[in-house]
Amino acid sequence: MAPFYKFDYFSEGTGFIIALLLGVSFGFWLERAGFGSSKKLALQFYFRDMTVLKVMFTSIVVAMVGLAFFTLFGWIDMTAVYINPTYIWAQVIGGLILGVGFVVGGYCPGTSVVGAVTGRIDAYFFLGGALFGMFIFGEMFPWVEDLFLSGNMGAIRLPELFNLSTGVVVFLVILLAIGMFYGGEWLENKFREEEA
Amino acid sequence: MKEKKYWPPYLSGIGLGITLLLAFVLMGRGLGASGAMMRFEVWFLGLFASSHVAANPYFAKYALNPLSNWLVYEIIGVMVGGFLSGALAGRLKFTIGKGPRISNKGRLILAFTGGTIMGFAARLARGCTSGLALTGGATMAVGGWAFMFAVFAGGYAMAWFVRKQWI
Repeated sequence: MAPFYKFDYFSEGTGFIIALLLGVSFGFWLERAGFGSSKKLALQFYFRDMTVLKVMFTSIVVAMVGLAFFTLFGWIDMTAVYINPTYIWAQVIGGLILGVGFVVGGYCPGTSVVGAVTGRIDAYFFLGGALFGMFIFGEMFPWVEDLFLSGNMGAIRLPELFNLSTGVVVFLVILLAIGMFYGGEWLENKFREEEA
Repeated sequence: MKEKKYWPPYLSGIGLGITLLLAFVLMGRGLGASGAMMRFEVWFLGLFASSHVAANPYFAKYALNPLSNWLVYEIIGVMVGGFLSGALAGRLKFTIGKGPRISNKGRLILAFTGGTIMGFAARLARGCTSGLALTGGATMAVGGWAFMFAVFAGGYAMAWFVRKQWI
C-alpha cells in the first residue's frame, strides 16, 4: 500500500536517496521545459510564451488523475499523503506578493536553482535575494505572525469546500486545464502576430 | 555544441507530473524548493549566530538538524538533474536572461529585488510554485489553488511596470 515510506517499506535514509533521485527528475524536466531561462518564464506574463501555464496544468492533471485512480484501485491511502494546510489569507496575500516577485525577479525558487546550475548569472542574484527575503521574514516574524496564521482552514481540499465528490472535482479540473491550454495557444498566436 | 530546442511543454508537463505522482506514491508528499532554501539558510545562520537562531521563533522551527531533511536532498537532486539536462542539450553557458531594453546591471538589480520579494512571500504563504501551487494543486488543497491564482494575478498586475526588463 502506498505511500510506501509512510507504511515503513524503507528507512528514512533510503527516503533521502529517493528524494535525491526524484529531485534529479524534477530538475531535468524543469530544464527540458526551458525553465532555466528567466526570460522564457517571464514572457508568460506578456502572453508571448504560455509554457509555464501549460506545463503546470499538465503536471497537475497527470498527478491528480494518477492519485484518483490509485485511490480507486485501493493502491494508495490518501489520508497518509501530506495535504498542504490552508491559511487562506496568508496564501492569497503571499501569492499576490510572490507573483510580483516572479515578474520582477524572473524566477521562482525551484527554477532559479535550475537557472543557476546552467550558468544564468541573474539566477544567482535571484537566489541571493530569495535567501535575503527569507531572512527578512524571519526577523520580522513577530510583526507578520498574525497574517501568517490568518484564515486557518486546516488540510481542507476542494471536494470538501464545494461539497462535491472527488471524481467531479477531477473532471472540472481537467475541463479547466483544457480551457487553459486552448486559451494559452490562442494568446500565443495572437501576441506573436502582433509582434510580427 | 549547438543549443537544442526545448522539449514541448505538454511532454515536459507529463514528465513533471509523473515525477510528482511518484513522490506521492513513494514518500507520501509532493515536491518543493523554498523549504530547502530556508533550511540551508538556517544552517548557515546557525554556524555563527546559533543563539540568534534559537531565540527567533520562526528560525527555531528549522533549527534542529536543518539539513537532515527530505527537501534538502531533493533540491541537491534538482541541481544535478538541471545540470544534466542543460549539458545534454548544449545549454550550459554563462548568460544573463533579459529583454533587449535593459542593461545587465539593471537586470541583476531587479533579479535580486524580485528574489527578495519572493523569498519573503514564499515564507508567508508556506510554499512556492512547486511546494504549494504544484503539490497542493495536484492534491486539490484549497490553499494551493487559491495561491496559484493569486500568483498569476500578482504577476499580471505587475507585468506592465517592469515590461522594459523583458520585452
